[in-house]
Amino acid sequence: MSDYILETTGLTKEFKGFAAVSDVNLNIRRGDIHALIGPNGAGKTTVFNLLTKFLPPTRGCILFQGQDITHEAPAATARRGLVRSFQISATFPHLTVLENVRIGLQRKLGTEFHFWKPERTLDVLNSRAMELLADVDLTQFAGTITSEMPYGRKRALEIATTLALDPAMMLLDEPTQGMGQEDIARVVDLIRKVSANRTIVMVEHNLSVVANLCDRITVLQRGSVLAEGTYDEVSKNPQVLEAYVGSNDMNDAHH
Amino acid sequence: MNTQASHASHGQLVKPTRSNTVFLVLFALGLVAPFAVYPTFLMKALCFGLFASAFNLLLGYVGLLSFGHAAFLGVAGYVCGMMVRDAGVTPELGIVAGTAAAASLGWVFGKLAIRRTGIYFAMITLALAQMVFFLALQMKATGGEDGFQGVPRGHLFGLIDMNNNIAMYYLVFAVFCIGFFVIHRTIHSPFGQILKAIRENEPRAISLGYDVDKFKLIAFVISAALAGMAGATKTLVFQLASLTDVHWHTSGEVVLMTLLGGLATVFGPLAGATVIVTLQNELADKVGSWVTVIMGVIFVLCVLMFRRGIVGELQALVKR
Repeated sequence: MSDYILETTGLTKEFKGFAAVSDVNLNIRRGDIHALIGPNGAGKTTVFNLLTKFLPPTRGCILFQGQDITHEAPAATARRGLVRSFQISATFPHLTVLENVRIGLQRKLGTEFHFWKPERTLDVLNSRAMELLADVDLTQFAGTITSEMPYGRKRALEIATTLALDPAMMLLDEPTQGMGQEDIARVVDLIRKVSANRTIVMVEHNLSVVANLCDRITVLQRGSVLAEGTYDEVSKNPQVLEAYVGSNDMNDAHH
Repeated sequence: MNTQASHASHGQLVKPTRSNTVFLVLFALGLVAPFAVYPTFLMKALCFGLFASAFNLLLGYVGLLSFGHAAFLGVAGYVCGMMVRDAGVTPELGIVAGTAAAASLGWVFGKLAIRRTGIYFAMITLALAQMVFFLALQMKATGGEDGFQGVPRGHLFGLIDMNNNIAMYYLVFAVFCIGFFVIHRTIHSPFGQILKAIRENEPRAISLGYDVDKFKLIAFVISAALAGMAGATKTLVFQLASLTDVHWHTSGEVVLMTLLGGLATVFGPLAGATVIVTLQNELADKVGSWVTVIMGVIFVLCVLMFRRGIVGELQALVKR
């Protein structure tokens, strides 16, 4: 089996002549926490959308676990175990916290199309859902309507829901965005905890989070890969420093 | 819209006893109603109540505004009429045939429309329904502008004479209860749980591996089938299937009934249908075509002043 769980070659996305992502070759090692950083507009979220098939690429190809998934439907890719989160918190706001996690678990039961069965047939998932909630410290919120929880907790719930699929690879889009110090520390711990036995790719602005969490870093600028390596390698790269100097992102990064 | 929808469903989860009581009281009322109120009026209200409830399943719980639901009501009516009058089957089989026809048509509509959302979805369903209207107008088999007349009510299971209005009422009531149960079960099923997730956050549902179009299509077919069940039953009640049933007015009326009664509430569509049917019956001979204007005014007032609809506002009051 290849060392790389995910490989892209020549990945390109053009919007009406403007190349949001051009010729990106990514190699994500199995088991790594891999960061995707770069100034605003560098194409990080577009790369995410391409990898998870929410956008079709203009050119290039994507291999996941050695399989070509370039032209697959997004839900099918998710079922392979490549599961993403979103920049804005992706929960089901009017369901309870427990129900949110259960949505993630439910597909395994194989009854998702059974409209003739009562809802209580889902109760067999409750104990597994509670375990997942315990993992992210949300046990006491199980019965809460999700929209009533604080923001940081919603991000934790999102991770629990993603974990319900037990994905081989998780893509996290700015998991600490808009959080206070305390929440950030909690989410960093959580990501480290869930990274056991799986690969994580994350878009992240907070460079201190990147520095102490990530094994490898890819720097994007204007849709292309500027540098790739460990934090030490990348942070000494003069091109990277130049790209960050004077950009607002550098300031953002130190929040 | 979403807030209110989920409140309705969560009210159910939290307080099953209260909603069970409401169910039982209404069921008992339904059983004794034909001895107090003119049965034909009740049957019409129940048929449109089921029609609106089926529509509400789609708009209230999936968030899809179909503007072509009259096609399902109408086609099922014609099919039921043909089966009962010309093929000579018993009324319950006529209803089954009408329902099946509407479900098949719903599958075709759904396949074509489901990839679009919002106004585009509404327009595609409207366009398809207009084609059905055109066919109903032109084809000899439907009786064109005269309608499909002289449908006998027949004998239920070949035994019970349906020309007795009370017997007919109980058939309609049974059909309504079955349809209502199917909707209730669908909403509160593993499938319904995914429907809620899709309505709340569609990209997230996709990212969890759910083919959302399949879920929407199944919901659309269920909604179309139940609309058809209402239409087929209505044809037996009035012994007639007419162009009115496939006209886009009817597609608009069901939106009005649902919003007036309360979107995404359990009993809202029935309440809305009852109000509209009452107005039509009471006002038609007094004010003539002004009834359209009056309904328009009611609709505007409803949207401006009590957006949650009759049942939605009542629920909000009880909660406070």
